[in-house]
Amino acid sequence: MIEATDLTKRFGSTLAVDGLNFTVRPGYVTGFLGPNGAGKSTTMRMILGLDSPTRGSVTVNGKPYGQLRRPLHQIGAVLEVRAMHGGRTAYHHLLCLAQASGIPSRRVNAVLELVGLENVGHKRVGKFSLGMSQRLGLAAALLGDPAILICDEPVNGLDPDGILWIRTLLRNLASEGRAVFVSSHLMSEMALTADHLIVIGQGKLLADASISEVIGSGSRKYVLVRSRDPHRLTSVLTGAGATVNSTSNVDSSTIVEEQTLHVTGMGHDTIGDLAARHGIAVLELTPHNASLEDAYMELTHRFVDFHARADTTQTPASESGI
Amino acid sequence: MAMTVATAGNELHEPQPQTIGFGNVLHSEWTKLRTVRSTYWTAGIALLASIALGALICARTAYNIKHGRQSLDGFDATLASLDGLYIAQVAIGALGVLSISSEYGTGMIRATLATVPQRRAMLAAKLLVFGLATLVAGEIMSFAAFAIGQHLLASAHAGVSLHQAAALRATVGGGLYLTAVGLLGFGMGALVRNTAGALSAFFGTLFALTAVDDLLPTNLRNDIIPYLPANAGSQIITVVHTAGALSPWTGLGVLAMYGVTATVAATLLITRRDV
Repeated sequence: MIEATDLTKRFGSTLAVDGLNFTVRPGYVTGFLGPNGAGKSTTMRMILGLDSPTRGSVTVNGKPYGQLRRPLHQIGAVLEVRAMHGGRTAYHHLLCLAQASGIPSRRVNAVLELVGLENVGHKRVGKFSLGMSQRLGLAAALLGDPAILICDEPVNGLDPDGILWIRTLLRNLASEGRAVFVSSHLMSEMALTADHLIVIGQGKLLADASISEVIGSGSRKYVLVRSRDPHRLTSVLTGAGATVNSTSNVDSSTIVEEQTLHVTGMGHDTIGDLAARHGIAVLELTPHNASLEDAYMELTHRFVDFHARADTTQTPASESGI
Repeated sequence: MAMTVATAGNELHEPQPQTIGFGNVLHSEWTKLRTVRSTYWTAGIALLASIALGALICARTAYNIKHGRQSLDGFDATLASLDGLYIAQVAIGALGVLSISSEYGTGMIRATLATVPQRRAMLAAKLLVFGLATLVAGEIMSFAAFAIGQHLLASAHAGVSLHQAAALRATVGGGLYLTAVGLLGFGMGALVRNTAGALSAFFGTLFALTAVDDLLPTNLRNDIIPYLPANAGSQIITVVHTAGALSPWTGLGVLAMYGVTATVAATLLITRRDV
């Protein structure tokens, strides 16, 4: 269990982390989301006692990190890739960390096997690929068999196999009852890995909710409607208080221009009733939930330090962040 | 493979001590020092330099004496054989800097401090391991250089033996001198944290202070010169002293104070700094 209370960190004139309150619970993968520069890594460094908060506090199992008796047995961390001396072998890298915590050396071999590095344990880590370094970082974090695991951007630079592997590993660790705290700026990845989300922007808490709650909070829900008579349907729906946007596209099979309506502010059943009452034939009626991506974009849009000016349309952007 | 996490963890469930002991940290720091190649490279270079340079100087001196080109008046046979330590000190100091700055440079320091949040204990363990290793290696270099140098000088009947108290003190002192220089490197590494900056601070303190001193008025300069780190420290390996120099042990103490000061400053700061 990790608990942050009014956690604040100021670097000079910049508030990197601004009054965060959150809890990371055992048994769940908690995603820590935010644009680059939102304060995710700073928060994680404060959890580990590496940076000290300007104000507020964060505890691990009820204690500040510095007061943990054997921290490696309570919390494992993968903060940055290649936070290791390139001239040391993977085995020796893990061995010196294990020895500092009184962990027997056979556990080093066990975690090397666990992350699939048993055949390269005696290679220097400077020669490791990014994916192998990520695996070694995870091996170090698992040395003490901790009840809490925190990972900063663990899928960065991994190939699809590696991403699947990490995702499965994190989900399994959580299902064993551990608290797993994973940061990412990739909503799409979090949608697949996390149960719960903590979203921050410019150091401030934007959301602390389950995945479905975050999606539900997105205002970009709409109903897609195709009709033989889009113009009349539009006036009927607007008359009943809905907002209708139309997009034209040409059906390639019939070479007939048809209009697709995006209706917001009205449920799909009401739209169906209204169309029937006015005798308008409806070809398609599909409710669209905002995707997690959309909800995330909506939450963080104001807080992204630098973003390209794109032409905004009423249709939700779905390519960003991938 | 992910399914085996719990099973792999089972072997940890045996009786274990409650807290991390200082012995654990020492063990870990010793592993760190002995598992990187730079340790062996610098130690090898230091050993080679200390023996080879001393041997070269002693062989040439023996030749000159035998051919009547040099008198034994004021000749410091001990110091001649230990001259190579002045080259070895560069490697030892650099190793001292790297033993800690490389952790900051690579980011390893975060893994280290996440494992051992007691930062001052970590620093103390690192210093103790590095200091003891340097002392042992330094004494080996010093005694080896003395033995080879005196063997070469003996052919011209110019050698001395360890039965002479001053020669023994200087030879034992050679290892202590290298340890004190290593301490200065370590202190600078811990204080500055960045490798390039710490190396500059180390070399600046050891050598460049002499140049700065030249800017001072003559009378003040003469008062200060004996206290500069290289001048003060070298008295411990000198048998024939020049006028105005510090005594051997005072000189060694003065050199050590430079390293102690840097290390104490780093110890005070380490709990206040973010890493």
